[in-house]
Amino acid sequence: MAIASDDFRFIAELIREQAAIVIEPGKEYLVETRLGPVAVTAGLVNVAGVVRELRAKRAGPLLQRVVDAMTTNETSFFRDLQPFEHLKERVIPDLLERRKAERSLSIWCAASSCGQEPYSMLMMMRESFPQLQQWRVQFLATDISQQMLAKAREGSYTQLEVNRGLPAPLLVKYFHKKGIEWQIDDSLRRAIDWREFNLSARTWPGMGPFDIVMLRNVMIYFDLATKRQILANMRKVLRPDGFLFLGTAETTINVDDSYASDVLHTACYRPKAA
Amino acid sequence: MRALVVDDSAVIRTVLTRILTNLGFEVIQASHGKDALDKLKGVPLPDIALVDWNMPEMNGYEFIRSVRESAEYRDMPLMMVTTETEMEQVVKALAAGANEYLMKPFTPEMVQEKLQILGISGS
Ligand SMILES: C[S@@+](CC[C@H](N)C(=O)[O-])C[C@H]1O[C@@H](n2cnc3c(N)ncnc32)[C@H](O)[C@@H]1O
Repeated sequence: MAIASDDFRFIAELIREQAAIVIEPGKEYLVETRLGPVAVTAGLVNVAGVVRELRAKRAGPLLQRVVDAMTTNETSFFRDLQPFEHLKERVIPDLLERRKAERSLSIWCAASSCGQEPYSMLMMMRESFPQLQQWRVQFLATDISQQMLAKAREGSYTQLEVNRGLPAPLLVKYFHKKGIEWQIDDSLRRAIDWREFNLSARTWPGMGPFDIVMLRNVMIYFDLATKRQILANMRKVLRPDGFLFLGTAETTINVDDSYASDVLHTACYRPKAA
Repeated sequence: MRALVVDDSAVIRTVLTRILTNLGFEVIQASHGKDALDKLKGVPLPDIALVDWNMPEMNGYEFIRSVRESAEYRDMPLMMVTTETEMEQVVKALAAGANEYLMKPFTPEMVQEKLQILGISGS
């Protein structure tokens, strides 16, 4: 059953208000397919029923589930590979040198989805920089979706998920099989602080300062004003000599010119000197 | 770039060949380990071999071991592509000399990502 245009507009506005995500007209099918299952689990007949409930009460678990369902969570281990190579070859060696006095490092995965991105970074760091075990490494991973955070925290992956981008030697070293799922080791799960965080929050109290921020494949869903606000907030929590990674389809160019892209890896940005 | 596909299923050989051809590889097919060793004779060493585990005549595990023991073929990168999905088998394949391990079923992206991990790109 197709969604009524009134209901579509309501959902689009709601998602924009809650998560800053823009759902363009023409994406009716997306709302329909993603909210259909939410309606069923909530014991409502259809998407119209979900909308009716939310019009009456714009809060609570149903709202959370609708926001969860409307976010795109697609991710994979070592996604795009090059950013992780750049971290290994350039960024972390650079920070090891700069921070050798305080021996501390602060990392934030700002849209961590079900965890593949932070776990990939952590495995790479364990493999290539064992000396970091003697450092104070703060590793924060956040997402707006509680469901994704729960899965990330659990660290249990399907065969299809470990088949994507994860080198077999790392599978063998950091996972064990639990039934038909692949479970990542507790020592990796515990090394990450998982928290709910909405990037479209006007201000970011208590965040940072960070040496490395991964903000990949999430800004594509936002409008220009939201991107600007996020990049401005990011300037305040990123150390002046820190590193910001965006997705391959994302850029600060024509959005916020206080960042400069790294010549060696264009998806890596540094704050320009003030 | 050249790839060797070793699988007793003609369907899988066709699927992998299509994926690899789209990535710019020239593909040699073999239906089991012995057949693969025959087909390697007198041709330039492939840049990657994708090898099934369970096959008649010589299975993938035996093939990997004999490749690693041979003087001519030992440097060929090897990727196991198999329905075997237990940890012991992954460990065993890597210990025998496989560089990567892909579990069936797979998608073209998965094949591409694994090749990227090995630093191998087509064309
Ligand atoms: C496509 S995934 C990207 C995951 C990972 N960074 C990557 O590149 O593979 C996008 C993630 O952004 C999250 N997200 C969407 N809107 C958000 C917001 N306003 N604040 C925080 N996270 C958000 C979604 O829940 C989803 O998990």
